[in-house]
Formats: sequence, C-alpha cells, structure tokens
Amino acid sequence: MQSKMKESDPILEVENLFASTDNLPILNGVSLTVYPGEIHAIMGRNGCGKSTLSKIIAGHPSYSITNGGIKYAGENINSLEPEERAQSGIFLGFQYPIEIPGVSNLEFLRVSTNARRKFLNKGELDTFDFEELVKEKLKLVKMDQAFLSRSVNEGFSGGEKKRNEILQMALLEPKIAILDETDSGLDIDALRIVASGIKKISNAQTGIILITHYQRLLDEIEPNYVHVMANGQIIKTGGSDLALELEKKGYEWTDNFVKET
Amino acid sequence: MGLSFVKVYKANCNRLFLNNMVKENLVKDVVKEPYKYGFVTDIETEKIAKGLNEDIIRLISQKKEEPKYLLDFRLKAFKKWQRMKEPDWAGLGYKQIDYQDIIYYSAPKQKEKISSLDEVDPKLLETFDKLGIPLTEQKKLTNVAVDAVFDSVSIATTFREELAEHGVIFCSISEAVKNHSDLIEKYLGTVVPSGDNYFAALNSAVFSDGSFVYIPKGVTCPMDLSSYFRINSGDSGQFERTLIIAEESSSVSYLEGCTAPMFDTNTLHAAVVELIALDNASIKYSTVQNWYAGDEEGVGGIFNFVTKRGKCLGKRSKISWSQVETGSAITWKYPSCLLLGEESVGEFYSVALTNNLQQADTGTKMIHIGAKTKSTIVSKGISAGNSINSYRGLVKIGTKATGARNYSQCDSMLIGDQASANTFPYIKSQQPNSEIEHEASTCRISEDQLFYLQSRGIEFEEAISMMVSGFCRDVFNQLPMEFAAEADKLLALKLEGSVG
Repeated sequence: MQSKMKESDPILEVENLFASTDNLPILNGVSLTVYPGEIHAIMGRNGCGKSTLSKIIAGHPSYSITNGGIKYAGENINSLEPEERAQSGIFLGFQYPIEIPGVSNLEFLRVSTNARRKFLNKGELDTFDFEELVKEKLKLVKMDQAFLSRSVNEGFSGGEKKRNEILQMALLEPKIAILDETDSGLDIDALRIVASGIKKISNAQTGIILITHYQRLLDEIEPNYVHVMANGQIIKTGGSDLALELEKKGYEWTDNFVKET
Repeated sequence: MGLSFVKVYKANCNRLFLNNMVKENLVKDVVKEPYKYGFVTDIETEKIAKGLNEDIIRLISQKKEEPKYLLDFRLKAFKKWQRMKEPDWAGLGYKQIDYQDIIYYSAPKQKEKISSLDEVDPKLLETFDKLGIPLTEQKKLTNVAVDAVFDSVSIATTFREELAEHGVIFCSISEAVKNHSDLIEKYLGTVVPSGDNYFAALNSAVFSDGSFVYIPKGVTCPMDLSSYFRINSGDSGQFERTLIIAEESSSVSYLEGCTAPMFDTNTLHAAVVELIALDNASIKYSTVQNWYAGDEEGVGGIFNFVTKRGKCLGKRSKISWSQVETGSAITWKYPSCLLLGEESVGEFYSVALTNNLQQADTGTKMIHIGAKTKSTIVSKGISAGNSINSYRGLVKIGTKATGARNYSQCDSMLIGDQASANTFPYIKSQQPNSEIEHEASTCRISEDQLFYLQSRGIEFEEAISMMVSGFCRDVFNQLPMEFAAEADKLLALKLEGSVG
C-alpha cells in the first residue's frame, strides 16, 4: 500500500514477521515499511508485541524469528548480531535503559560512537575530540556534563535515563531509530526536551518509529503514520488523526478491528 | 580474658548459576586466551640433583657463599618443615606434590663474575626483551628500576647507581647477603618466621634468590622499583625471597610481575615476601601475577603458594598491597598486614580472575594490634569456566587496638554457569571500641546488560571486558599508572577470543 511516489528505497521492511520466545508466539505476521524521512507511531495495549517488535529489529538474542524477515537498506538482517545492526545504523531507544555499574558513561559513549564511525569509514575519535563532540550533543537534551563521569545509567532518574538514550541517538546518527516508550515516566518539561531532541536529530534521511501509549508525545512529534497493534499483529494503520481518535475512544474501540490486509 | 568471638560471617555464594546466559558457548569462547609467555629459553643451566635433604641445603648455601647464620637459619627451617604437615584446610584439589622430585637450584650458566650488563648472556636479555622488560642501557624502561630473576637467580638490576645516590639499596637478596649482611641478619624472618607455615618453612630452607630493598630515613624512592620473576625450567621450583625495609619517614612503590613457560607438569612456586615499615614510612606493593595457568583440561600450570606479609612497626606507617591475579593453576596466598604502630594503616586491593579449571584461594589478614589502626580491604573475584574463586580473609582487632577501624568489601562476578565463587570473611574483635564494616556482593553479567552494550555497536567480547574492568575499577585505581593500564590489558586479553 506504500505509494509509488516515494523517491528513495525503504530503510526498513518488516515482512510478514512471526517470532517467538521459549516457543511462545509473540508476533503473528507483522508487516511494516519505513522510508527515509518518515515518522511512524506504533500504539497498542501492553503485551501486544510492540516492544518485542523493537527488540527483534535490534537483534535481541531471546527471540527467534519463525517466519518472514527484516530487511534493512534492502538487505536481510535476520542473522546479523545486534552490534552489527547498531554499527550499520539501527538504533533502539530502550523503554528501561540498563544500568552498567563501573563503566563510565563517557567511555561507553565514546566506544559506541567510534564503533559506528568505524563502520562509516570515519576516523575514530580520541578522548579529547570526543569530549568536544559530546559537549555539543549534550545541549540537545539539556544534560549536564556531570552525567559523563557517572556509571552508565546507574542511579539516573527515569527522565535522565531517557535523555541519555536520546544523547546516544544524537551521537550515533542512526538511519532508523526505534524509540520504545521514550515518553513514559517523563514529566512535561522532560518530554518537551526529549521530543525537541528527537526532532533536531532526525532529518530527511532518517526513519523513526515511536512506540507509545500516549498522544502527548505525538503532539510534539507529528507522525506520518499511526499503526495499532494487537495480538502480535498490526490491525489498523492510519494518519496522525488515528492516534487522536484512539485517545478519545480508548483501545476498546480497536477490539473490533480485524487485521487489515 | 578469653577471645571474644564477636562475629564469624560466612557467606557462601557457591554455584550461583547464570541461568539466562543464552550465549553460554560464546562466553566460553570469549574467555579462552592463548598464553603469550609460554615460550622456553634454550640456555645451558647449572642444576643440582633432584631432591631435598640437609646436604642439598648445605650445597645451596655453599654455592651462594653464605655466612653461617644464614645456613643455620635454613637448617632450622628445614627441621621445622620436616615436622610439619602439608595443609589441606583450603580444600584445594591437587595431586600431592613429591618434594623429592623437585630441583631446588637451577641457574643459567654465566661467567664467574659479571661486571656489567654487556656480559649477561644475550639469550637472557632477549628473553626479558620478549617479556616486555628490556634490561639493556639503551632500551631499559626509563621510569622503573628492574630486578630480573630467572629461575633461581637474579640476572640484572637496572638503575643501581642512580638509586645509590639517594642511599636506596636495590639488589638481589644474594648480593644483599654479601654486602648488607647486617640488615639481612637483623630483619630476615622477623615478619614471616621460618616456621610460620609449611610453604614458608620450605622457602626459608631452600630460597635461592629474590629482591632486597632498603630505603633510608627520610627518602622518597625516586622511581618505582620492580622485580620480574621468570620460571624457565619445568622441573625446578622457584623459591624466591623478597625483603623490603622502609626506614622512618621513607616511602617506596614496588611492582612485581611473573610469567612462566607452558609445561604439562606442575611447577611449585613458594615465595616469601616480608615488608617492614618504620615510623611514618609507607610501602606500596603491587603484583601482576600471570604464571602459566595450565590448559583447558587443567593439565600443567604453576602452583602459586605464597606467603606475603607486612609489618607496620612504626607509628603512622602504612603498607598497601594491590594484586591482580590472573595466572597459576592454583593460587593460595594472603598478603597480610600486622598493624603494630599506633595509627598505622593496612590496605589490600585485589582482583583475581580464574578460568577453565583454575583455583584461587586468596585474601588477606589484617591484624590490628596498635591503637587507632585502620585497614581497608577491597576484593574483586571473577570466575569463568569451571574455575573456583574464593576470598578468605581475617580481620582481627586485639585488646589494645582502641579506636581501630576496618572496612571490607568483597565482590564476586560469575561468568557462565559452571564457575563458583566463595567468600569466607572471618572477623574477630577483642576490643569493643572499634568499628568493623563488611560488605559483600555477587553478580553476574546479565544478558540485558550485554544486549544493551551490543545494541550500541559494541562487540560482544568488548562488552564483557568493559563490564569486567568496570567491576574492577576500585582496585585498578589503586595500581601505579603503568600497571593499571597493563592490568586492564591483561584482563581484556584473558577475556578476548582467539581472534585479534
């Protein structure tokens, strides 16, 4: 159903994807195509498979693909390691960013950034050059430099963790970013900071998938498409007005939808 | 007054399984690392016959042209050793050692008297070059003085003249016996008595060489001192003896490194290290131990049974041990501090990494005798493969140690589901006016942490090594600068796959 007017090739093509964990089916045939410059929102009840979809795209080892596949920039990535996907430009913003005690945030960001730069055949940055770069990017999410010397996410508040995710996205300059409930646990000010950060980072070459429960993030970042997921499938796709309607009527309204083919 | 046994805390975190490690096999690959220092130097050596008896001890003493008091010291120790039983309380599993099947003296053949480095066998210099410890004038490390010990003897000590200008004595213990006999006679065996334990008694009877350091009153040693121990022969044991004396208000930082070739037999290494700190003196003793650990099936490797102890004799004196233990089939050692002087300070910072079938039982004893004495213990144990890694420590506060304080932190990290970690902290206090704190934790590298780092483009192996060095950060911060980088690299290597 994608229009023929698209000028470029899709960045991400999820084709009839079935996946399971511990033999428990979680995804039951998801199809989704994202072109450069597009913003997609995925909404749905807890447990509908939204987060699983994002983890599978990023290559989480706990899930196995039983049918269908994922193409990134035209190539099937089913068998790629998570780090290979990340290096090539796939970014997952975690719903619950993980704490890594003892590893300094600065060092983590630098190693990560250099891994991406290496893939892009750009020179690796030494500590000094990297500090210059990271200081610039910190402004995007209004974070203090003190964050850099702390351990990765350790003792960060919910909002700080989410801003740290967006900081990583800013440094890695992904081609496709999947942001899993980046808005959850944020107060209004933090939400604005995060949303404006996302908008500044994304451009005509980037595809973005926002996984969210709430309209308030979509007020800040208007999506081109809104998808509703239930039982491991996308059951309805529409424009940004679909989210508004959903906000009014609740998920019960979607219970009667059958999968659109 | 009897010993009031306040608290014996025993945390046994044995076999905490790493259930969720989906990439179990990958982890196994990652912690495999080929041993880089496994080569043998082909050199003519002078060895004495195998076996241990009074004649052998007399022969060693005679070869080293020792004074009578030292021969007596050896013979007395030997008598004690004969009456002792090899300890088994640690529950370490190993085949009984045949003490009559070991060569107790092995030395590379050299000219009778060496007046300069130019006369040292080039093969020996080459060996140390390959180990990253160049000794020659042109190439020697610029900021560290090195004493290089090959099997039973010291080969060379760099920067001796420069150190002598400051009154610092840094030489092999054999030379010290000849040139500074008064100091040896006064201090040898005063911290670790010859009958202290089975392996210390053995060492006292047959020790061949080692390093001697003397820092005179008021002198801050102008550079780090270091000894590099190399075992080359497969059938000879290494029994080195180190003695460091820091006079009033002096200070020194001493580093120790160890490697050995790969043999399918086990080699015994039973060293004794004694440190003495007088009023306001401070000694920092750092070890990076990377003896050959044996292969994946546990064949071969060094038995590292070492007694290390420091005596804070003087007021406000300080002894700080830091160690990175990555090698040896079995490590069994407890670098300890006797805190006699008022307000003296003892520290122990340790990282022990075990893999495959390695066993490590290590920790410390902090014996508080003087008033207001302080001690800090930070121990980090990492076990991978089928290895066993135990922390065993004693904090004892004596009746006169009013206002004594101890802080202990013992953390274990498990990699894979077959490794085990134990913590045995013993705490005994006879002084109500004292403070003892103990913290312990066990963690494992979780799949979520790994996935998080990987999803940021960081390779699996690098992710593990980042987390391991993050785990060890508190200890690495205590190591001298060059050593910290070295230790970080060593751990990374140990954890790296065979690629790269």
